[in-house]
Amino acid sequence: MIKSSVRSLYRIYCRATQPALAPVQNLQRVIQLCAMSSGGTVEAAIKSKIESSLNPSYLHIINESYMHNVPKGSETHFKVVVVSEAFNDLPLIKRHRLVNATLSEELGSGVHALSIVAKTPSQWSESSQEIESSPACRGGFGK
Amino acid sequence: MFSALRLVRSVRPETIKYCARVFSAEAVGSKEYFDKLVANSKVVVFMKGTPDAPRCGFSNAVVQILRMHGVEYDAHNVLANEDVRQGIKEYSEWPTIPQVFMSGEFVGGCDILLQMHQNGELIEELQKVGITSALLEAEKSKGDEK
Repeated sequence: MIKSSVRSLYRIYCRATQPALAPVQNLQRVIQLCAMSSGGTVEAAIKSKIESSLNPSYLHIINESYMHNVPKGSETHFKVVVVSEAFNDLPLIKRHRLVNATLSEELGSGVHALSIVAKTPSQWSESSQEIESSPACRGGFGK
Repeated sequence: MFSALRLVRSVRPETIKYCARVFSAEAVGSKEYFDKLVANSKVVVFMKGTPDAPRCGFSNAVVQILRMHGVEYDAHNVLANEDVRQGIKEYSEWPTIPQVFMSGEFVGGCDILLQMHQNGELIEELQKVGITSALLEAEKSKGDEK
């Protein structure tokens, strides 16, 4: 399905821009557009900040905003799964504080909920690597 | 016991404000104010909504976990007072709600409490502050029957 939507997007895009751009460039642009639509700017910021400060061996960011009482496409509720050597010998609360500190800017400006899974590489490889979904919203946001 | 529980649950922010005025001079939302709140009970929770009507899934999860362990606690609804809502985040240097305190110490939010519940650490931590988890008692009585 994704492939076909990329293809149709590509066709539309080609029609609009031909012959200004070479087809290869078009395809690259379409891929870029698709990548942008799958994750927003806040998600991208979260990703780059965690990557640069915690050097994770595994990172998964889930935008859970759709589960909440916020407009479609919002970037307010996130879950992050971070596997990093930086968590070695740190108790859970300090690991969470580390992630919170890394994302303090986002948490102070619109990210309203952040659920954290913070594991060391060895804990991660021993775990089931299944992530439980966050509890259902109960309508408290912004009220 | 139940009436005490009901009393805790029925505490409204107006009452908290009122209490703060009567028993102390601390401004609502100040460090001293929270020092007193978190020391008032062995377990203190800052949450969205009340234990009977949580207004957020994460807060609800904390309520359910503490209920499972049969823990009595003070609950403060941060949605009812903006000074408490912002103040507690600064007090604990923790950006999200809910927040759980035991013996005045910040323990964590929903993720941490859930993990402590799952790995058994919560029972130990409760014991440290002098609370025997209902789950532990259930386990013991099962053992006695055998």
